[in-house]
Amino acid sequence: MFKKIASLVLAVLMIASVAAVFSSCGAGSGFKVGVILVGDDTEGYTKSHMDGIKAAAESLGLKDSQIIWKYKVEENDACAKAAQDLVAQGCKVIFSNSYGHQNYMEQVAKEFPDVTFVSMTGDYAAISGLSNFKNAFTSVYEARYVSGVVAGLKLQELVKAGTLTKAKLPNSFDKNGNIKIGYVGAFDYAEVVSGYTAFYLGVKSVVSNVVMDVIYTDSWFDVELEGAAAEALIARGCVIIGQHADSTGAPAAAQKAKDAGTLVYSVGYNIDMLPTAPTAALTSPTNCWDVYYKYAIDSAMKGEEIVADWAHGYADSAVKVTPLGPEVAAGTQEKIDEVIAGLKAGTLRVFDTSKFTVGGKKVTTAPIDLSLMDWTTMTVVHQGATVEAIVDGYFSESTFRSAPYFALRIDGITEQAARVTK
Amino acid sequence: MKKTQTTGVKEPFLRIARREDVTTKGSILIRAAAIIAALVVDALFIFLVTGLNPVSVYVVMFTGTFGNFMRFKWAVEELAKLLLVGIALAPAFKMRFWNIGAEGQVLMGGLATAFCMIYFGNTLPTWLLFVTMFVTSIAIGALWGIIPAFFKARWNTNETLFTLMMNYVAIQLVAFATNTWRGQASSLGRINPGTEAGWFPSIMGQRCTINIIVIAILTVAMFIYLKYTKHGFEIAVVGESENTARYAGINVRKVILRTMAISGAICGLGGLFIVAGNSQTIATTSAGGRGFDAIIVAWLAKFNTFYMVLISFLIVFLEKGASQIATSYSIMNDYSADVISGIILFFILGSEFFINYRLIFRNGGKNA
Repeated sequence: MFKKIASLVLAVLMIASVAAVFSSCGAGSGFKVGVILVGDDTEGYTKSHMDGIKAAAESLGLKDSQIIWKYKVEENDACAKAAQDLVAQGCKVIFSNSYGHQNYMEQVAKEFPDVTFVSMTGDYAAISGLSNFKNAFTSVYEARYVSGVVAGLKLQELVKAGTLTKAKLPNSFDKNGNIKIGYVGAFDYAEVVSGYTAFYLGVKSVVSNVVMDVIYTDSWFDVELEGAAAEALIARGCVIIGQHADSTGAPAAAQKAKDAGTLVYSVGYNIDMLPTAPTAALTSPTNCWDVYYKYAIDSAMKGEEIVADWAHGYADSAVKVTPLGPEVAAGTQEKIDEVIAGLKAGTLRVFDTSKFTVGGKKVTTAPIDLSLMDWTTMTVVHQGATVEAIVDGYFSESTFRSAPYFALRIDGITEQAARVTK
Repeated sequence: MKKTQTTGVKEPFLRIARREDVTTKGSILIRAAAIIAALVVDALFIFLVTGLNPVSVYVVMFTGTFGNFMRFKWAVEELAKLLLVGIALAPAFKMRFWNIGAEGQVLMGGLATAFCMIYFGNTLPTWLLFVTMFVTSIAIGALWGIIPAFFKARWNTNETLFTLMMNYVAIQLVAFATNTWRGQASSLGRINPGTEAGWFPSIMGQRCTINIIVIAILTVAMFIYLKYTKHGFEIAVVGESENTARYAGINVRKVILRTMAISGAICGLGGLFIVAGNSQTIATTSAGGRGFDAIIVAWLAKFNTFYMVLISFLIVFLEKGASQIATSYSIMNDYSADVISGIILFFILGSEFFINYRLIFRNGGKNA
């Protein structure tokens, strides 16, 4: 028995050594980019990153063989292994696209100081003390605000047309006469809070009497849960369903309810939801990741340092809303062009403190502690500064670091403690 | 036909007879044929389902372990972890005690380790922390093994079901703990990321060096334990026949309890290695199915720990290959990649049958 197996193993090892020689010939030829993805192209969030990288690579003249992809990498040791493997394959810059990848990216960044590691949406590269560990995000809250304006214009049109009145749809108004809208959120993180607040303020900039319910799914991607959350919101009378979750579950639920005669519209995220919800989808806020990827890959190719925190919005075309659906209100495009121009020029601020209150009061101070906490032992891992986020009458989002930190719970929005089940 | 008429018994079309006389050459040929057959079936699967070139998929599969030094290192790490669970199962299986609960025993060991890292990581001195982690992980692993053994020894409960269900208890405990410990984070990341308290130190640049050294020692120790010690002999006798064991004056209950304590303790040690020496975190998937893969390892190697090294290598090679395929092609996912490695494993397991038995067809069996 032993002899047999030994000979078998010997044969395998011989082939292995030949293969090792082959693979070492291939390695080291030219500049390579490594990409660690939490999903694949079947999932909107990851697809938008892949499209961004492909577009950046094309404009920089990189060949397909210069990009090495790692699909469906979980937020655990698998991420560290994927990163190490990409280093071993000769990648000079490595991106990971999910928040939970960042600790593992940091660990590998410590091991390989000559390679640059970018944790997209991560939040502590600047205070990690590593010069080859970076973060980037987009100011997607701007696009969420614009998508809120689209939804607000639709509400305004429905009210004017007499379709959305307290007499006709009593369930869609609260006891104070405010129109109900809903939002499907992933986790109760600053990133989601910042996003839904921007969306709400966008709606409110058009229709002042509006309240919003938020239901969390505790998952970034779960078609069934997101659908169930949307259904629960629709059952409560919410007329608009916004989302910060990555699947098409909510728009699909909205379309189904709309086809059954309910008055409801959907605002998606990441991807155009019109294929899923042809009449219910109004638009989706989305990131134009190619802007960042082009900058970062270009810098890495030239050997220049990538900034530790990168977050840009409309001013640099890093965010947008997808093409408007067929049922948006007349004149929507003109109105949002105006809003976008204001955001670009800095004359319009999403988190203008004159436009919202917390506990009935205007917000005058918002200290933000940028330290990285270990939530398990409640200790500080990396000490960061505490900064004042209220600047010139507005909350300055994504300027002190790229990842969002707006976590104020403003009046008019209710986070539901209860969770939905499949 | 005449023959069956005269005897009145219809000879079956196919009969299976045990072979005693298989030669080394013969068994190598059978195994080689099995692997070739597996590759052909896989090639059909790959081509028909995905349209990819099977040869290039095989090359990718091969690079899962041998693609670069890093991958080879991981394969050795994985091999060591799987082997450790195989070593843990060997004495129980030799005693014919079907310990299907290694997964849970490993998880409980890991859970105890994580508990110590979180609650004592910033208070105890390093050496005492490691001692605490070592003792608690082994103790809780042993406990998870002793519970079903006690019920088996006392009331003759079915240990297969009992150990299997203990897995689910362990998984739920881990789920509960990780959900509590994650705090405001979406999942429990590395434990003590700032202080690295309770992480195995890097030796020769590798954090897993301690794991590998200890597992190598255990491989030899378990071989000796089973083959040359009184305990090992008792285990073998109890496994063959409990009545014989009793007749020979062996305390069967004691042997069952002791052996399962050892089996569980080694699994608990596996949990320690996985959490402190490898991932520095715990999840319901931390044992990673090794508790079940190790059953194949222990059986195929017939409880010989040195053969287990080779079988573990084979399984790790297939798994690494499958995951390499899954991450290299967007058209493939974990499931389709697992089909590919599963087919190979199926044929290799199947070849053992043809080495131990032969088929006799109705008209072909002249010497029957």
